[in-house]
Amino acid sequence: MKLKISALFLGSALALAATTGAFAQDKTIKIGVLTDMSGLYSDLGGAGSTLAAQMAVEDSGLAAKGWKVEVISADHQNKPDVATNIARQWIDVEKVDIFMDVLNSGVALAVNNLVREKNSILIDTGAATSDLTNAQCSPNTIHWVYDTYMLANSTGRALVKAGGDTWFFLTADYAFGAALERDTTAVVVKSGGKVIGSVKHPLNSSDFSSFLLQAQASKAKIIGMANAGGDTTNTIKQASEFGIVAGGQKLAGLLLFITDVHSLGLKVAQGLNFTETFYWDLNDGTRAFSKRFSERAKNKAEPSMVQAGVYSGLIHYFKALDAMGGNPHDGAKVVAKMKEMPTDDPLFGKGSIRVDGRKIHPAYLFEVKKPEESKGPWDYYKLVGTTPGDQAFRPLSESACPLVKK
Amino acid sequence: MQALYAQLLVGLINGSFYALLSLGLAVIFGMLNIINFAHGALYMMGAFCAYFLLNVAGIGYWPALIIAPIAVGIFGMILERTMLQWLSGLDHLYGLLLTFGIALIVQGVFQNYFGSSGLPYAIPDELKGGMNLGFMFLPIYRGWVVVFSLAVCLATWYLIERTRLGAYLRAATENPTLVRAFGINVPRMITLTYGLGVGLAALAGVLSAPINQVRPLMGADLIIVVFAVVVIGGMGSIMGSIITGFALGVIEGLTKYFYPEASNTVVFVLMVLVLLIKPTGLTGRAA
Repeated sequence: MKLKISALFLGSALALAATTGAFAQDKTIKIGVLTDMSGLYSDLGGAGSTLAAQMAVEDSGLAAKGWKVEVISADHQNKPDVATNIARQWIDVEKVDIFMDVLNSGVALAVNNLVREKNSILIDTGAATSDLTNAQCSPNTIHWVYDTYMLANSTGRALVKAGGDTWFFLTADYAFGAALERDTTAVVVKSGGKVIGSVKHPLNSSDFSSFLLQAQASKAKIIGMANAGGDTTNTIKQASEFGIVAGGQKLAGLLLFITDVHSLGLKVAQGLNFTETFYWDLNDGTRAFSKRFSERAKNKAEPSMVQAGVYSGLIHYFKALDAMGGNPHDGAKVVAKMKEMPTDDPLFGKGSIRVDGRKIHPAYLFEVKKPEESKGPWDYYKLVGTTPGDQAFRPLSESACPLVKK
Repeated sequence: MQALYAQLLVGLINGSFYALLSLGLAVIFGMLNIINFAHGALYMMGAFCAYFLLNVAGIGYWPALIIAPIAVGIFGMILERTMLQWLSGLDHLYGLLLTFGIALIVQGVFQNYFGSSGLPYAIPDELKGGMNLGFMFLPIYRGWVVVFSLAVCLATWYLIERTRLGAYLRAATENPTLVRAFGINVPRMITLTYGLGVGLAALAGVLSAPINQVRPLMGADLIIVVFAVVVIGGMGSIMGSIITGFALGVIEGLTKYFYPEASNTVVFVLMVLVLLIKPTGLTGRAA
């Protein structure tokens, strides 16, 4: 009996030694880019996000320090069930350490739950819903680039201030549209405006004329587009056809990406106001990165803020792992380390990650240039306002996140 | 009440696209017995063709209205000659799978080169602007789409149901051997018919280019609805598909007004109801 127990002790001690030894030496990282590769959001995430991840790996210098980093990617088709199946397989079989991009709010909320359950990591750079760092916040998730609260707070407030005090919403009928409409409504009401109606349209609609006629009939000063990607570009294009802007109503693109503006052309898109946290032509750092990116990207496209976020998020993740000396394959632990360290990269500048998982950096209010103001391809934005990081996002005092101690 | 008129008109506009596309499908199914799943991809190719004509060759909207359907129609005829003709006589399923595969490949190739957000195509200068009808602001271009597609639909119906050529075609479908005995080249006629159906899809593509973004997936989004239209109208019935196309556009438009969340399912609910009550479709003949 005595012998047996001591053998047991010896055994566990050996096992422990083996695992700690492995811990000190384990310098492998597997990154999974889970995004829309073929649908309406694939230009703003998609293959460009995978490219951004690869560039982050190359720029991190980890290979020279003996790390082995692998990037894999998959198409979630904008379906939460498809996404969770892939994610489950990635965690259980492929041993993926970290999920990047994960655009589409419906998908993100599903993956967010799974990642928490499996103690993996999600750096979400594509989904918009502010629930990821509010009621649904998780010690395993960081929301990197933007969220619905920030968009509403920046674009919504600016438009009400400029006299747009009555609103009508065109809303994509899923988690994202609902969150964006909810957060924008709150800002509009708080700033003294009024919401006089809204209509929900199915995701990926091609004809918006019925909805636009309802918006037109409402006589609201601002038509808020709580949708994204192809839905937004079609709305804008058809709104100009129905003479909505000419009739005195103003379109508010609550979430627009540079790829949308590129696809619309300046003639149609000029004068639109919207908010982003990254633009390729913002400063020397963003220009240098974007030049390298577009040389390798499909159709020489400049990076979207979602793709830039993948790069920036991974650079910070690599810094944290490097500081820890090895990969513990423990999601919550790595995220805690990432929250401790200030963030700094040429794309989003200096910033930090809050306790609720919200990455903090400034938000920029842009206006789309007139065709004659643009100096060349992709020269689309004029900066009209900046909200500093500490005012751009939902204040912790209003947070419903259980991680925030009050 | 005013809003209702406006929605009816908007529905009619969408209906004209449904009508043009389902007409092409009905022609192809009626004459070749092929369920052409590549129809959406060919519609998309029509729109892209217009885009290339404008941006590469500097050829505007009006010539594109003729050139694009012919170019895509020729592509369709090559498909028929090289692949589809070998499937005649086999179960419908084979044609469906083949054309579905072709659609995926064509869409994949376009998406690889042009991305998913689409390319801009402006409304031609002659059709810019709009009229105030009192109850709504009607963009002139949309009015043109309704009138033009209605004319094309009726012309196609006349060609097939009322001319000698149409009579040959219908006879060739009923009894190819006998028609061949009269010295008519049946395989060539079938190829031309497929080309005609495909050309109609491409024409719808050109018409829609100024309204929607020219996107690789524009057809994939539409084709399922169009199939429902064909099923409701009765597979292979020419007039049936034209009327159902316009009617369903209107019904969908009304749904967008009264209960917008259901606007992309209402067509399928109707399809189920029609299939339960009259499995051959509203105007279909019993098989």
